[in-house]
Amino acid sequence: MSKLLFGKQNEYQRAALPESAVTATHDYLNRRQFIQRWGMAGLALATTSLVTGTLEANQPSASLKSTSNSQYDTTEALTDYESVTTYNNYYEFGTGKSDPARHAHQLITDPWSVEIRGAAKQGSMGLDQLIDERDLERRIYRLRCVEGWSMVIPWIGIPLRKIIQRLEPDNSAKYVEFTTLADPQQMPGIRRNVLDWPYREGLTMAEAMNPLTLLAVGLYDEYLPKQNGAPLRLVVPWKYGFKSIKSIVGIDFTRQQPLTSWNKSNAQEYGFYSNVNPEVAHPRWSQARERRIGEDSFFTPKRETLMFNGYAEQVAHLYAGMDLRKHF
Amino acid sequence: MNARQTLKTSLLFSLCCLPLAALVWGVAANQLGANPTEALIRELGQWALRFLLITLTATPARRWLGWGFLLSYRRMLGLFGFFYGLLHLIGFIWFEHFFNWQELLEDILKRPFITLGMLALLLLVPLAVTSTRGAVRRLGFKTWQRLHRLLYLAVSAALVHFFLLVKADLLEPLIYLAVWVLLLVLRLPDRFFVLRWRSVSE
Ligand code: HEM
Repeated sequence: MSKLLFGKQNEYQRAALPESAVTATHDYLNRRQFIQRWGMAGLALATTSLVTGTLEANQPSASLKSTSNSQYDTTEALTDYESVTTYNNYYEFGTGKSDPARHAHQLITDPWSVEIRGAAKQGSMGLDQLIDERDLERRIYRLRCVEGWSMVIPWIGIPLRKIIQRLEPDNSAKYVEFTTLADPQQMPGIRRNVLDWPYREGLTMAEAMNPLTLLAVGLYDEYLPKQNGAPLRLVVPWKYGFKSIKSIVGIDFTRQQPLTSWNKSNAQEYGFYSNVNPEVAHPRWSQARERRIGEDSFFTPKRETLMFNGYAEQVAHLYAGMDLRKHF
Repeated sequence: MNARQTLKTSLLFSLCCLPLAALVWGVAANQLGANPTEALIRELGQWALRFLLITLTATPARRWLGWGFLLSYRRMLGLFGFFYGLLHLIGFIWFEHFFNWQELLEDILKRPFITLGMLALLLLVPLAVTSTRGAVRRLGFKTWQRLHRLLYLAVSAALVHFFLLVKADLLEPLIYLAVWVLLLVLRLPDRFFVLRWRSVSE
């Protein structure tokens, strides 16, 4: 019985070894492809969230070159490519977890430019002006969503600090604010006022300059899939996932703390910092545990969430002396 | 019961089992997406609510459409609502808390949306227990009927439970709320509709 029910799950685990993971996912996906559609059409209509299984299986194309920066890598098993690219939040494409994978193909990522504003070298920059592909690094980070699930993702990007240094912000810049594209033509989710568009996120200058903070252009050795925030997104691994803003079109160096989207939507539940912290519960659920996608299955309890998502060594000093219950 | 009725009953029974069958199949075939435990809990919760609402369509269906056939299956439909609710709770205890009763209890006491879910399910327990013909006889129809009005409270609690757990997108619970309000309106006494009709025609 358990073999029948959970055989696939075990393959997930085996497929998820670092380094060999890319090839391993290929076999996994081929097996997966033959079950493309739910048999019971009538039921599928009603059981909306069940149809996630019908998404096209996609696979990484191994097209993006980078050097591995293993200094910060976790050695944990990678989350399989399919889960990473079919289960996430990107409300601009809908509020369901599979909506981004379903709708993000409408996003036009080329040409793309980023508006630099505030106390730095201002102006519009093309993607290739901002990102020198020779500098790309591969970093394997944990990602912890505020909803209580987590993944391990091999990102490709450039430390944000390197880019900030080139933009030469002056001393009045205390924060960096990021903005996501908000185009109702390309993003069906924007047509509903679920959040106050455009999506905004922000970091303190010290957080932005931390060596962990990455401006990513790829994952799993390919350019970012659109649903994962192509062509340019932030990755801040010690904060809840929503801080890692996607499809960035604006970078603003500000004096004042940016009013970030989720904070604006519900300040009691989502603070500006939103550091991963197992001791500070979300008002509606505990943050003490998380489910590792593709790995923690039906017969394993959720694993314990680590302080700063396990990056305390690199970032705890940024918050020394702060009351993290207050500044959550 | 004649053969035809038995056939109808078993048909409806099988139909009510279909969502569960689909979920079991979804687990076996790994078709519940990247987070199958979450999908299971959510689907079971939604089906519990759907069955409770379907149960409550029986009376209005006869009144407004003249479809009486659902009335004789109200008990089955309601019990399926309870059944899916129970599975939903088991899913929660198993997948969210992995049978850590201490944590479970804390969650139920501390988090209003869990408290309300629990309340909804507990309110259904006396209804399930008294769903037999014998119970109706023992209680007397009037008392039994009054007791079973708890269903309205249970559905309301479940709906609030749903509203409270949503992060930002209220569309889904709003759709359920609209159905619930419609079902309540369709149950208003005749007098209400007659008055309305008169005031329009005058
Ligand atoms: C008859 C009683 C109940 C009904 C009708 C009900 C209904 C629902 C519905 C409709 C949802 C939303 C599903 C979705 O978002 O797609 C839900 C979610 C949920 N329910 Fe219930 N519920 C009931 C009882 C309970 C109980 C007793 C508990 C736990 C003690 C509980 C815990 C939860 C949790 C944790 C979720 C959120 C799942 C998630 O977001 O991953 N519910 N419920």
